[in-house]
Amino acid sequence: MSNAFAVAVGEAAAATLPRLPGAGVAWLDAARRAHLAAFLRDGLPAARNEAWKYTSLRALEQRALALGDADAAARAVDAQALALPGVNGPRMVFVNGAFRADLSYIDDLPEGLELQPLASVLARDAESLRGVFGATATDAFDRLNATLAGDGVLLRVATGARIAAPVHLVYLGAPAVADLAWHARAVIELGADAELAVVEQHGGAGPHAHLGTLVSDIRLQHGAHLQWNVLQEADTGATLIRRSAFRLAADAVVTLHALELGGALVRHAITAALEGDRACFVSRGVFAPGGRQHLETRLDIRHRRRDTASDALWRGVADGRGRGVLHGAITIEAGADGAAAQLGNKNLLLSAHAEIDTQPVLEIHADEVKASHGATVGQLDERALFYLRSRGLPLEQARALLTSAFCRVALDGLDNAPLREHLAARLAQHLPRLAGDVEA
Amino acid sequence: MLIIDNLHVRVAGKDILKGLTLSVKAGEVHAVMGPNGAGKSTLGHVLAGRDDYEVTAGTVTCDGVNLLALAPEERAAAGVFLAFQYPVEIPGVNNTYFLRAALNAQRKRRGEPELDSMQFLKLVRERLKVMQLSPDLLSRAVNEGFSGGEKKRNEIFQMAVLEPKLAILDETDSGLDIDALKQVADGVNALRAADRAFIVVTHYQRLLDYIVPDFVHVLADGRIVESGDRTLALKLEEHGYAWVAGRQPAASAA
Repeated sequence: MSNAFAVAVGEAAAATLPRLPGAGVAWLDAARRAHLAAFLRDGLPAARNEAWKYTSLRALEQRALALGDADAAARAVDAQALALPGVNGPRMVFVNGAFRADLSYIDDLPEGLELQPLASVLARDAESLRGVFGATATDAFDRLNATLAGDGVLLRVATGARIAAPVHLVYLGAPAVADLAWHARAVIELGADAELAVVEQHGGAGPHAHLGTLVSDIRLQHGAHLQWNVLQEADTGATLIRRSAFRLAADAVVTLHALELGGALVRHAITAALEGDRACFVSRGVFAPGGRQHLETRLDIRHRRRDTASDALWRGVADGRGRGVLHGAITIEAGADGAAAQLGNKNLLLSAHAEIDTQPVLEIHADEVKASHGATVGQLDERALFYLRSRGLPLEQARALLTSAFCRVALDGLDNAPLREHLAARLAQHLPRLAGDVEA
Repeated sequence: MLIIDNLHVRVAGKDILKGLTLSVKAGEVHAVMGPNGAGKSTLGHVLAGRDDYEVTAGTVTCDGVNLLALAPEERAAAGVFLAFQYPVEIPGVNNTYFLRAALNAQRKRRGEPELDSMQFLKLVRERLKVMQLSPDLLSRAVNEGFSGGEKKRNEIFQMAVLEPKLAILDETDSGLDIDALKQVADGVNALRAADRAFIVVTHYQRLLDYIVPDFVHVLADGRIVESGDRTLALKLEEHGYAWVAGRQPAASAA
């Protein structure tokens, strides 16, 4: 590959690999070199790649980005602004991909919870991460991440431990001398019957146009319960490519709520492998691109065993020249008899130039399954708009009220009430600004 | 208060109102009756500001203000209220929240202080005496799953809270049984005031037994063709609309 992006990756990797945490561990060095070679061979996905047909990377290919931020520790961040209602547990903050101990609280952890920066685990005990870093990468960004991520989260919950306070994981982009690329990795493991809630938050500490990649490997043992909540408010210039890969053993339950509001180009791939009987994966979310934002969410849910269940309910709202994409793939594999799968995605277009692509893909190879999907794209109900205005609500307020109401169902199931109300408020605040500056 | 002069309105390429003239003073109740298709509902919607209704000629002023130049929300703040024939269901929007937002939006536009939630709840409790609605309906989404009668009562309740200067009731009696009709009429009568005017649009005379109008107008083919006092409604009941069908527009009503 000879584009600017790949050349910069090659040069940066040559300089960085020997200094990454865990360098010198033979299998890890080999794995990183193999991922790098594969990336340099194939480069970024082309438009003809089915998985990327809605998201063009041509602009990114032209950008030679620096790798990481040597001054990440010095970037000014308003720690107070990081607090979220209903989220008062341990916190880890990453600025441009680097762990910021000064903004984090990981002391005095509750019993049964292990939480530490991945860099220190890589340096001390890389072997325990062999299953993660030694694994095959799924696509170009996974390869980049597997090659270059030197820090991130290691979170383990012991068998049977119920962690009451949500763990807060914050990923911030901060302005640097030049735009840069950062790569972070989160490794989450819940032991049998463990319970945990996580809030993954993305934000900006000033204007920038960085590329961030985050790969989260999340594994639940038998009977574990996880609530995973995402608030994505990256800076308006940011490119953010994330993969959250869930693996669920028997009777494990994941409930995910995601609010995707920020960033210039954002893609979140959610994969869920239901690997044990009766495992259940619930996903709910709202994506609301405005201005010239491009927000893509991809679901890849695989029912592998009997009586597994999945329920996906998503809402999309696009204004200005915003573009939203929801790709929802559900596969019920042979032998996963009795599986139940549901996918619903309703979308609203608020302007003539906005676009939403919704693509449900259902593949069934088992017997006696219940599967349904529905997707719609529409506009605000003019009659409802007139009704609200005739009572005195200004047009913009009436539009925002109807749009919030449309999205609300996707957040209603979030158990943490203060957090739920906060997400609803963030969404309500985002909507009137959604049209954005489309002339720019 | 309201002066409609020679109003022509086109809806979806079709002329519906063809020179309607009507004036309404504060404190008066005007009934507008007419056969189906005469333009009765168009009148209510055009006064409330539906933007897909095209005014091709004529003027409408309310206390000297050109109503036609205002957006629907500006008309609401100026005191215009339309009780819909078919109130719209709005899933996900709480009835009480919506009403408070609407009232405060109006007050803000008029330069009045907004009500906090305590003040608003006090107002709601007072107005509930005018129009009984179960607290359950107040906490539900706007009109969602309401019966026909509940929807109409909710309209009158909204009117009681918003306190308009000019209320237009668009076939508020349609689809109501006699008990619900009486309740709605009681609610309207309780709101009659010297500084408030009503235009009661209806197909049937029955409602006017309960809301007694000062004037009755007959709307046919887009024009007022006959005006009189409440006895006109009784005459219509007796003879049917065919009686007025061939008439020319009446002179400007009182």
